[in-house]
Order: sequence, then structure tokens, then C-alpha cells
Amino acid sequence: MSLALLTVFRKEVTETLRDRRSLMSSLVLGPVFGPLLMMGILSLSLERSVSRLDEAVPVIVAGSDNAPNLVQFLREQNLDVSLREGGADQVRKWLEQDGEQVALLLPGEFGEHFGAGEPARVLLFADGSNAKAGRRADRVRAVLAAYSGTIAALRLQARGISPTIAQAVVVDEVDLSTPSSRATLVLGILSYVILLVTLAGGMYLAIDATAGERERGSLEPLLTAPVPRSHLIYGKILAAATFMALALALVMVSLLVSIQRVPLEELGMSANLGPRVALAVFGGTLPFVAVGAALLTVIASFTRTYKEAQTWLSAVLLVPTLPIAVAGLLDVKANAVLMAVPSLSQHLLIQGLLRNEPLPGLYVAISVASTLALGALLTALAGRLYGREQILG
Amino acid sequence: MIRAESLAKRFGPVEAVRDVSLEAADGRITGLLGPNGAGKSTTLRMLYTVLRPDAGRAEVDGIDVALDPLAARRHLGVLPHGSGIYPQLSARENIRFYGRLHGLAGGTLERRVDGLVERLGMTDFADRRAKGFSQGQRTKVALARALVHSPRTVLLDEPTNGLDVIATRAVRKLIRDLRDQGHCVLFSSHVMQEVAALCDEIVIIDRGVVAGSGTPRQIQQEFGGETLEESFVRVLGEREGLA
Repeated sequence: MSLALLTVFRKEVTETLRDRRSLMSSLVLGPVFGPLLMMGILSLSLERSVSRLDEAVPVIVAGSDNAPNLVQFLREQNLDVSLREGGADQVRKWLEQDGEQVALLLPGEFGEHFGAGEPARVLLFADGSNAKAGRRADRVRAVLAAYSGTIAALRLQARGISPTIAQAVVVDEVDLSTPSSRATLVLGILSYVILLVTLAGGMYLAIDATAGERERGSLEPLLTAPVPRSHLIYGKILAAATFMALALALVMVSLLVSIQRVPLEELGMSANLGPRVALAVFGGTLPFVAVGAALLTVIASFTRTYKEAQTWLSAVLLVPTLPIAVAGLLDVKANAVLMAVPSLSQHLLIQGLLRNEPLPGLYVAISVASTLALGALLTALAGRLYGREQILG
Repeated sequence: MIRAESLAKRFGPVEAVRDVSLEAADGRITGLLGPNGAGKSTTLRMLYTVLRPDAGRAEVDGIDVALDPLAARRHLGVLPHGSGIYPQLSARENIRFYGRLHGLAGGTLERRVDGLVERLGMTDFADRRAKGFSQGQRTKVALARALVHSPRTVLLDEPTNGLDVIATRAVRKLIRDLRDQGHCVLFSSHVMQEVAALCDEIVIIDRGVVAGSGTPRQIQQEFGGETLEESFVRVLGEREGLA
């Protein structure tokens, strides 16, 4: 590596480290807070959507004297029954006071119909617009259906008929997803986050080193230094790549910490993200840094001002995520051809690792080789662009 | 020592430089004088190798700038027009960075940097970050970094642009010192008084061609006029049809 390249590299790194604002947004906001925020939202939404089976669901029961056996059954099914006296009007009032409550009204004629073997009516009150009350009502409904089924079976047996006659079809569901693969559905978005944050980690440096340098008027004197222009831009690309690698390392650490706080196990899922997997994801994604740094630098070299570069690069940041989005829609599986597509191959690598189904070594090799090759190509292109005199703008 | 023969450069339809030949000798201050847009900066840019001439050739200390730009740059100290410095680096770091690019390192580099900080009166702000520097301070840093490798030939594009009287004097003194040490100094300006005060030789450029050259006295004699300024206006005025 040439001395000039290292000199430029050192200067770019020093400058960026001293610029607190860009350091904040490239290494702190994205890589550290990004995953924390994402995992926070994820765990919140998980907690809300999962009604916990072990939790006793409170239900108000009115007219319990009319069906003591049913009330007993409800209690056995882990419903927190509170008995009250009142008719339909009172029940409505109770629920108006507390919309999260659900209430069961057992009418006076319940015993009569029940004893006669006729359908006995009960009334379930719940505010359907309240998500919590809705989930509670579902639980009560399920318990009532179970009670109804049990009684029906007993009645058939009492009449000498096998209860199975009432079951024409039995559905046995076989769930093929493993806990890890179930979690991957939820965590499928992780590879987006990892790649985006990595790219963003070097964005400011790429802009500052090209468009910023031109805008400040420091590019022209730099070009009068007795070193090949390509070495100057290679040093800048190396510096951008270093910051991207740093962002990648930070985002992996942050993910590692924050994912522990998401209650995936309660959903019967497990994210296969321990320190070893995090390290493997880092290693598998690292070659992508070469593509990212060279790509952003090439694009930024075309722009005239810092602002223009910012606009362009924000759009370009999304380009590497396109193959991932398409792959996600089509639900593609890894194959040798797809592994030759940078960004997509990293996505597949990451997904394999998170599912605890690591890809074969050949696929990993294809991913690394193709990604580094594209990185080298873009770097060479950047070198050529810097050789042109139009670069002065 | 600079020698240029029939340099020409066009940008699309604009002929920035049509035919410029000039010589700047060692131990002399040569001024490139001309109105805005005359082609001064483009000429200098070709000499310091960031632009490639469409036609003609130029030598720096005998090195063809088109054939071996890297070698030519080693002989040149350059202050480009509106030259910027790195705001996050201190003055000293800015200069040091260029020293390293010129292959200097260690004690040699530090002695050079210290020497320039002293010589340009930068001691007060040498270790401050350049972010809030005044125009004068920035120009001093830019000059120091142009001189860090002790170049034989110095090219300055409007070095006193935007400077106050004190800073202008400092720059002029530096230019004279460089001349007295035997350097070749070529600088451009559109300010008549500046050129008159400093130059041993003057090259007047207008619309991309050399309109006149020689010592101030020769120019005055050739074009007439009581003062150099009057002669300058006559040179240009004849072309504009104003005289």
C-alpha cells in the first residue's frame, strides 16, 4: 500500500472522528440506537398480540345460581370468575365503566333448557372495539365451547351413541416450523437493518471526502500533490470502509444485547443469535463493506455539493436492499447463482445463520469472492473517475 | 523556471486559453496580469498539472508537465484559487498532511512545519483547529502547505484575494523573500497595484492570449501612459475599443 494512500486514510479518519455530528449519526444513532429501538418496538408488539395462556382471564358472571356446574367449569379452566348480581342492564353499566371487562349472563331459564336437553342460552358481553376485551371474550368463548362439547358428548353416551359420531372430520395440524425459523419470520427484517446501518456508517465520510472536499476548495490543492490521483481516492475508500466495518461491529453488539430482551421464547421462537453467530454474521457481511464504500464514493464523486451528494446517497442506500426485498417477496432459497449477487448473498447468509441452518462453505466462498470482486471493480472505477480533470467540477 | 509555449485549453464551446507563451525565470517574480476571465487561472492550472493542455507544451524546471506530471508537481509549490483547508485539522496538521504527501516524515517534516509556522507568523493559531480561521489565517496555512517541500518553483493564483492590508503585506514579503532565495515565483492577479508593487516581469493576458509582456518599465514604454495602470488599461482598451 502506498504511503500517500495511508496518509489520506489517516487524515480522513482523523477528520471524521473530530466531527461530532457526523460521528453521532454514522456510529451512534444508526448502529447503537437502531437495534435497540427496533427490538423495543418488536417486544412491545409481541407482548400486546400474545395473550398469555397462563394468565387468569377475569370474567364477571351474573346469575351464577342458574348454572353452578358451568361456573365451576369456568373456574377450573383458569378463568378468574367474580360473581355479581344483576340483569342485562346492569351488566351493560358495568362494562361501560370498564371497557376491558367481559361479562357472562346466565339467564333464569338456563337450568330449565339445560335439564331438558335443549340448547341453553347464555349471554357474553364484551366491547368488540377494545382489543383486550376482545381477547378475553375469545378465551371465555373457547371455554364455553369446551363445556358445551363435553356435555354434548356425555348426553350422546347416555343415549348409547358414541360421541365420535358427531365428529365428521378431525384436523391434526402439523407445524413444520422450528422455533428458530418461526423467529426468522419476525427477524427477517434484521438483514435489512444490518446492511443499511453498515452503509450509513460510511456515508458521511464518503460525502465529505469527495463532494465536501470539492465544495471547501481543498480538492484542487490536493490534486497538486505528487501522488497518483487514484491513490488519493483509494485512501478515501479505505477510510469509508473502515467506518462501515465499525458500524457493522457496533450494530452486531447492539443487536446481541437488545435481542435478549425480546420475549421470543413465549411465542415458541428462539433467535439463534449468540456471540458466535453474531461474529459469523459480522464476518459474512464484512466483504460487503468494500462494495458499499466504493459505491458511495463513486456516486459522491459525481456530485458537486455536499447537499447534492446527501440527496443522491440517501437514495443509493436503498439500492443494495432491493434484491433483498425481491427475494423476500418471492421467498427464494439460496443457490449458487443468487450467492453471486452482493447484498442478496449477505442477506441469505444472515438468514441461514439466524435460522441455525448455515449455508454450505461453497456458497459462503461464492458470496465473499463475488462481493470482493464487485468492490474491486467499483474501486478501480473510482480511481479512473478521479483521474479525469472534470473531477475539479 | 517555467517555460510555456502556445498553451491552449477549451471547455466545450469556451476557449479559455487560446495562445499563451511565457517564461518565468528563477530569482524573479513574474506576474500574470489580466481582467477577470482572461484565462489566468486556466493557464496556471495547466502549469500545475490539474488540467491537460489541448495544445502547446509547458516545462517546469525542464520537466514536461504533460509527460511527467508527478515529477513536475514535486518541483512545484501551488496555491490554487480560493484554496480551502481542512476545518477539522489544526493549522499544523494541515501543513503536515501535505508534507507527508510529498514524502516527508519524522524530524525533517517537523522542522519544516515549525520553520513555516515561524516564518508566516502562525505561532498563535498553529495548533488550533482551522474551523474558525479568518481568511488571512487560512491563506497563511495554504501558503505554508504549498511550501512545505521547499519547492523550487512557486505558483500562486491570486494569493492576496480577500486579505486585509496587514495580511497582504505579509504575503508580499513572503513572495519577495522567495525571490531573494532564488525561487521562481509566478503569481496571478487582476489588481494592477499589486503587480506593479511586486513584479520583476509582467505577462498581460486578455481573452486567452498574451497581450504584452516585459518588465514594468518596458510595458510602460511599449504602450505609453504615465503609469503602469494607464498602460494596462491601454493594452486592454485597444482590444475593447475603449481607448
